[in-house]
Amino acid sequence: MAHTEARSLRQYVGSAEQFFFDRHACARITDLAGGTTLGGRLEELADKSVLLATGGQLTTGLALIELDGIARRLTILPPDADPEHFAAIVAGADIDAVIVDQTSAASGTFDLPVRIGCAAEIAAAERLPAPSRQTEWVMLTSGTTGIPKMVVHTLAGLTAAFCGKPADHGAAWGTFYDIRRYGGLQIFLRAVLGGVSLILSSAGEPIGDHLERLGRHGVTHLLGTPTHWRRALMSPAIRNISPRYVRLSGEIADQAILDSLHSAFPQAVVSHAYASTEAGVAFEVRDGLAGFPADFVERSRDGVEMKVLQGSLRIRSPRAASRYLGADAPLADEDGFVDTGDMVELRGDRYLFAGRRGGIINIGGLKVHPEEVEAVVNRHPQVRMSLVRSKRSPITGSVVIADVVLKSDNNAQQRALGELKGDILKFCRDALPRHKVPAAINIVPSLDVAATGKLARRYG
Amino acid sequence: MTIKLTIMDQMEEIAREHGKILAPLRDDLVLLDSGLDSLGFAVLVARLEDKLGIDPFTASEDALFPVTFGEFVKVYENGAH
Repeated sequence: MAHTEARSLRQYVGSAEQFFFDRHACARITDLAGGTTLGGRLEELADKSVLLATGGQLTTGLALIELDGIARRLTILPPDADPEHFAAIVAGADIDAVIVDQTSAASGTFDLPVRIGCAAEIAAAERLPAPSRQTEWVMLTSGTTGIPKMVVHTLAGLTAAFCGKPADHGAAWGTFYDIRRYGGLQIFLRAVLGGVSLILSSAGEPIGDHLERLGRHGVTHLLGTPTHWRRALMSPAIRNISPRYVRLSGEIADQAILDSLHSAFPQAVVSHAYASTEAGVAFEVRDGLAGFPADFVERSRDGVEMKVLQGSLRIRSPRAASRYLGADAPLADEDGFVDTGDMVELRGDRYLFAGRRGGIINIGGLKVHPEEVEAVVNRHPQVRMSLVRSKRSPITGSVVIADVVLKSDNNAQQRALGELKGDILKFCRDALPRHKVPAAINIVPSLDVAATGKLARRYG
Repeated sequence: MTIKLTIMDQMEEIAREHGKILAPLRDDLVLLDSGLDSLGFAVLVARLEDKLGIDPFTASEDALFPVTFGEFVKVYENGAH
């Protein structure tokens, strides 16, 4: 994984005919080899610590290509960042310049020495500053409370999982993720390095419109969280796409969603991957089964080492972040392993993900991971997706409650809801110990999804 | 269905689900002797909230400790008013 000569992002574009799309615009990335979106002001950003506060994903992507190798540090503001944390982010990353676009929600709130507008149109540039340094990339974690942690990466680490792989020029990549989070940024970087087109979503775009657009641009590789995919499968517009590669990551890919995607796209490779903002991309599983083979652990694969300690998955990897900005707590332990906080259980020759360490529900002293109950509920033929949560109980401290979205309303009308709830409960009783069976099932029309594309969970 | 009948119905169902034998539900039956354990009662309270729309235990500021089946039913009947 030696990168003797570090290339900047702009040096990857120009050789292949390449377009990036969102709902409103299309940018010919090829033109960035000798063009700019920053109105001739890129030079002002040399050696600056730049905050990308762009509102749209397309402008974010264009600015990233321009700034890598020029700025000292690039901090990417996620679309759902809390304005209350802006001051801390600016101070923590020593930010002295900000990039905004027309849709930046926060454009008025940053009082910084340099402020540059970015548009989705690429103008020919008379001269561009030559990339002269290795830019530090800073991503924000999606913690549920408090100031997000700022995680420092290099381009070499961010692209290590696919750098040097042969290009596939017929491909068009699409993503349900936002490229301002780790999972989406991976797709963005993969598209830039691979010289392929990329179809991005736009804020507030209905899933049906997005799927229709993905189909129109001929998407071949499509990526999202299991929650993204469950929602896509509920849309009639899913018929518009026929990808040959489908990938899930960011949440636990249970057997039900893997099987649903196999039957929706029989021609496609359905894979699921494990990655985190801190640990980077760890592995990909392509055998169509949930979890991962036990021999992935304790054996180095592409330089990535994993171990299981106190039930949680630990990763040491050249793709991992180097450190947190400004935090006292180290990112990795003394041996360089990052504790992911994702709990795994060995069943036979496979590790299965049990859930997040912080999400455990305590039922009178017995522990339940919401995700393991969801995996069972989701296997019921009439269930599309579910969220298992804890409810305070005067007797056992907590009880397990399942909020359930059905595949079709018709079924709900044809059968009494009570009967269906009983059926789902019976299904759970057959597969789970008594304390893990939901005390109650709520049939709900939809579930809240966070900007990360993951189910919105409220811990605590 | 009255509140009392709903409670009886749910207790019988949970006992069946949990593989327990339910004692005859008389008003003076001590809950601890009913056959349901604490998880059974936790499930009962959650199910009753679903059926009746109230959870008198969580809604009340006072700690409620019904001892008999009759008292348990009273807590719900009072909570419904």
